Amino acid sequence: MFKIIRLALLMIVVCGIAYPLAMTGLAQMIFHDQANGSLIKEKDGKVVGSELIGQNFKSPQYFHGRVSSIHYDAAASGSNNYGPTNKEMLKRTNESINLLKKENPGVDTKDIPVDLITNSGSGLDPDISVKAAKFQVDRVSKATGVSRAQLNSLIDDTTKGRSLGLFGEPRVNVLELNIKLQKLLKS
Amino acid sequence: MDALQIAAVILLLLFIIKPLGSYIYHVFSNEPNKTDKFFAPIEKCIYAICGMKNRAPMTWKKYTISLLLTNIVFVAAGYVILRLQQFLPLNPNGIKNMEPTLSFNTIASFMTNTNLQHYSGETGLSYFSQMTVIMMMMFASAATGIVVAIAFIRGITTKGNTIGNFFEDFIKGHTRLLMPMSIILTLVLVGLKVPQTLDPSITLTTLEGAKQVIAIGPVAALEAIKHLGTNGGGFFGANSAHPFENPTPLTNVIEILSMWCIPASLTYTYGRFAKKQKQGWIVFGAMSILFVAFLALIYFAESNGNPALTAMGLDPSQGSMEGKEVRFGIAQSALFSTVTTAATTGTVNNMHDTLTPLGQITPLSLMMLNTVFGGDGVGLVNMLMYAIIGVFICGLMVGRTPEFLGRKIEPKEMKLIAVALLAHPLLILGPTALAFLTELGKGAISNPGFHGISQVLYEFTSSAANNGSGFEGLGDNTLFWNISTGLVMLLGRYVSIISLLAVAGSLVRKQPIPETIGTFRTDHLLFVGILVGVVLIVGALTFLPVMALGPIAEYLSIR
Repeated sequence: MFKIIRLALLMIVVCGIAYPLAMTGLAQMIFHDQANGSLIKEKDGKVVGSELIGQNFKSPQYFHGRVSSIHYDAAASGSNNYGPTNKEMLKRTNESINLLKKENPGVDTKDIPVDLITNSGSGLDPDISVKAAKFQVDRVSKATGVSRAQLNSLIDDTTKGRSLGLFGEPRVNVLELNIKLQKLLKS
Repeated sequence: MDALQIAAVILLLLFIIKPLGSYIYHVFSNEPNKTDKFFAPIEKCIYAICGMKNRAPMTWKKYTISLLLTNIVFVAAGYVILRLQQFLPLNPNGIKNMEPTLSFNTIASFMTNTNLQHYSGETGLSYFSQMTVIMMMMFASAATGIVVAIAFIRGITTKGNTIGNFFEDFIKGHTRLLMPMSIILTLVLVGLKVPQTLDPSITLTTLEGAKQVIAIGPVAALEAIKHLGTNGGGFFGANSAHPFENPTPLTNVIEILSMWCIPASLTYTYGRFAKKQKQGWIVFGAMSILFVAFLALIYFAESNGNPALTAMGLDPSQGSMEGKEVRFGIAQSALFSTVTTAATTGTVNNMHDTLTPLGQITPLSLMMLNTVFGGDGVGLVNMLMYAIIGVFICGLMVGRTPEFLGRKIEPKEMKLIAVALLAHPLLILGPTALAFLTELGKGAISNPGFHGISQVLYEFTSSAANNGSGFEGLGDNTLFWNISTGLVMLLGRYVSIISLLAVAGSLVRKQPIPETIGTFRTDHLLFVGILVGVVLIVGALTFLPVMALGPIAEYLSIR
């Protein structure tokens, strides 16, 4: 029995303390930026966000991200976990459709990109589909005065392809896109 | 493109199986080999510290008792830490002590390799608890599963009284397998942007001028063992859907392969021990057939979109994106869900509660069968149990005493196997029925209607299969759910481990009988069909009715 208690204590020290601490040390040394959350900093060093974590965008002059029941509060994560027949989910979807139709007069329901009106799994999804970004060009153009062609090329610049050209989906990081847009407006 | 990227991942797995499977064989065959030079001194040190200089081979009883005692001591240590985390170091975010029933559930969950989480990592655990309880148990529970498989394989492939020394196997599982792989994987993941830091949460001002707090921590180290050990408990509430746990499709592929590689390679290890590689490939083949069938189901269900949204006039071509992440899309999400429930890991990169009705059938079924790859070690043992049932049924049909690997299968073994086989559905269906009888159980349902039945069913299926994923809408952090799922996880793990080690203990003592022309061959393609058939028939007979009440009824209501 004492042998087992000694084994348990040893495992706590090795697997629970030495392993994560050694990994933290190595990670901080070799991959400092990645190990600290891939933060995006302005020239003066002020942190404006993490390239991996989405932000809440509501004003019309920015591109908007996906639905997030936690409003991109990254102190937590997750979603409402609405099932496919959940009434609340259907209501929320309906409201999103109506809002998007109001913001974009003349748009048909079948043209609305589904990722824009569905809640991401993490509630922090930093990306939208290319289709969802292009969908917002008219609105952003009206609100900012930037031409549609410029916005479209901004989207193309920001679009990330599949990993190794094979895995995952092409996507647009909303925060990166908006930072580029802001720079364009300032210059 | 979708089919191509799925095929690419499966192909990568096929490349891993032989080298990893042989390596695992060399680790546990106890014959001298090249890796001793590096690892033996480390192990010698550990044996010395723990007072384990004398490591005699054990009978199955001694092996099982050592395993249970070790698990009990780990449980006690972990429980104390969770209850006192407020007073312990490394708690920069000021997390309070965990309450007793939730601590019980958490400890049962991590020791049984389940990793069902009724707490949320960001707010429920200090960094110290994440490391010393969660990570430590992720190693220990995975090593426990692996040594069960090794002991079982020794039981059916060797002759004598012993099935090995538990402590030696357990420690080697750490030093030669899980720890080196975890170290490499952690560094790869950090390089691909998974954070690894002990700093507290980050506070910043967003582009729109609002305040955003971002929880962070030693994520990568946990991510590595979480997948390698088929554990599945996330650092964050959203698990591998969280961009810090799984930032890109590339990390997604790596995480899929890392949770899949040990269960899949163990089939090869089994072939090495049996001195007939084909035996291993037959088991792998049967697992793969079932895997591909269920993968196809979830992929097609999800890529066709949610019928309820299509009815609103939305375009279904993007698939059902509720609860999924844009970077993964349908292919990487469907594959991840299938692997995580096949290899009973329970990590999720999309929310299973939000799956379309037919899509839900895949994770539920794989956990109900609990044998398509399965968790580290236990999955292989479960499949070998089905193999014995297979030869037993075939034996009955032709009127011969069934044999498996040259050993007679007799009533004693079949009784023990029946216990293991029946415990699983009993632990799923009994508590599910019980939950519906009480307000305590029903009150937790967040998605009314047929989907609510699936929510409860999923929670107990996941517990009994030691998977740990959930239909997370369920309000499950209550006394009833903490205790009931805690017990189901413990019974689901140890009843089958004990009875199957007893089978191994009984088979190891049998006199091998020579193969004759009348011997039923288990290294023949025909046996793949028998295995798949037995698994599906037993599974369907047991679970089809309840499946009809949940996902199938929900499907029919919105079709």
